[in-house]
Amino acid sequence: MSARPAIVHTLKPPRVGIGPADTSAQLHPPINQATSAPEKPLYVRTKAPAWLPQVLAPVIGIALFVALWAILAKAGGRLPDPVSTWHSAVDVFSNPFYKKGPNDQGIGWNVLTSLGRVGIGFGAAALVGIPLGFMIGRFRFFSDMAAPIISILKPVSPLAWLPIGLMVFKAANPAAIYVIFICSLWPMIVNTAVGVRHIPQDCLNVARVLNLSEWTIFRKILFPAVLPYMITGVRLSIGVAWLVIVAAEMLTGGIGIGFWVWDEWNNLNVQHIIIAIFTVGIVGLALEQAMIVLARRFSYE
Amino acid sequence: MSERYLQIDKVRMVFETRKGTFCALEEISLDIRAGEFVSLIGHSGCGKSTLLNIVTGLLEPSDGDIFLANREITGPGPDRGVVFQNHSLLPWLTCYENVQLAVERVFGAAEKKSALKERVHRALELVQLGHAEHKYPHELSGGMKQRVGIARALSIEPKVLLLDEPFGALDALTRAHLQDELMRIVAATGSTVLMVTHDVDEAVLLSDRVVMMTNGPAATIGGILAIDLPRPRDRIALAGNKQYVALRTELLEFLYRRQIREAA
Repeated sequence: MSARPAIVHTLKPPRVGIGPADTSAQLHPPINQATSAPEKPLYVRTKAPAWLPQVLAPVIGIALFVALWAILAKAGGRLPDPVSTWHSAVDVFSNPFYKKGPNDQGIGWNVLTSLGRVGIGFGAAALVGIPLGFMIGRFRFFSDMAAPIISILKPVSPLAWLPIGLMVFKAANPAAIYVIFICSLWPMIVNTAVGVRHIPQDCLNVARVLNLSEWTIFRKILFPAVLPYMITGVRLSIGVAWLVIVAAEMLTGGIGIGFWVWDEWNNLNVQHIIIAIFTVGIVGLALEQAMIVLARRFSYE
Repeated sequence: MSERYLQIDKVRMVFETRKGTFCALEEISLDIRAGEFVSLIGHSGCGKSTLLNIVTGLLEPSDGDIFLANREITGPGPDRGVVFQNHSLLPWLTCYENVQLAVERVFGAAEKKSALKERVHRALELVQLGHAEHKYPHELSGGMKQRVGIARALSIEPKVLLLDEPFGALDALTRAHLQDELMRIVAATGSTVLMVTHDVDEAVLLSDRVVMMTNGPAATIGGILAIDLPRPRDRIALAGNKQYVALRTELLEFLYRRQIREAA
């Protein structure tokens, strides 16, 4: 019995916004209240705002994930539970930029160092890979020449190149950058070449009919047509590079988020390892999103 | 000289395919006067687009020569303005920039920036798209895109305008509208036009002469129909015109009686 007035109370407010019905409600309040109060509002109440499930679903997903994690941590083993990890994370991120010697620096420095390596290796790969991709896409001969090498080397794990890098550069840091360079190179070459090959014949016909110079063709047709493909290559490269840097730094040591993971494993600080995993994930997500924004900026469809 | 402004002389086109040689065009000769509007009509696959592409310079004939204003055509060039069937605008450039690309190629070396700008504006005004010059192709309707294509082709003041089924991809109402507009533009500019079409009404309405092509392989000119209807032409008035109906019937007769067997 006590529930009933409560329902009537919650149902009433939405009815005001229904439209034509509420003008009549103002004109003839007694009739309207008597006849339509119990029926119509029920329909309105089920209409949740459209954004609600979109927000709710990820929240539920994360909550379930954390719950599962908490259960696994409770069940035993050495997995730290979410709450203690959270406190540890607050601690780690409250002072991200400290320096206590070469092997003990804040997480901010570690992430920035890794990003720096990715940036240099990836930038070098773009400088080499994009022109190479243009050549391979534009000239059949280059394509046939490069095809076997690319096909054989592309599936090789970038880490397999690390010993060669160490041998050539005789230092850990350039070797890690070199590994990033290698792994970023292939997506850049392949996507640029695909882009060049997919330039619509119509556009090239326009160039031929107008007898445009090679330089104008490059500026006005080739480059803008290939740009979206190039950005896809860049996006894939940066994704792979961010995957590989963690593994490379585990092997090379020094400073960097990958090394930090390995160092905390040696310290048996599993909470910090989990923090590192989430940090790597969030930075990777941010890189990906930035690339998507860039791609949207340069898409012409 | 003006009798043979664009001269197609014994052009043959043979393609090498895996199954052997395929003869697409056989001994095509056609002279077009300056200021004349000539249409090529025929069933699909009859090689009319191949012939146009040879005049464009995108294809090299296996045999024969093309002369434009007494100069032999050896490749594509901006002395011919081409309108493609599917507009072929560069999607990353605005209408203005698409036309500008052509204008700068042809007049960029000789004229000042302001004169070039004026040319682009004039070309877009001619097709009544001055208001849309800063729009991108994807923001325009199919008919508007095709009009930009026409503006681009005319902006370079070509000796001859080559149209490859220019309105084939448009709906009937837009097509009629653009046909009227093309008639107005051609009358205003005195252009020489060679147009490929498969639309009988379009051919009769627009042309001074209609070249009827036989079916391939080894397609050739089956007949030439002179359309001596007075200009300016009005599509509604012509619909009941006896001469118009007779010409139209003659074309249909050629396409659907004499060429039907091979087409089916």
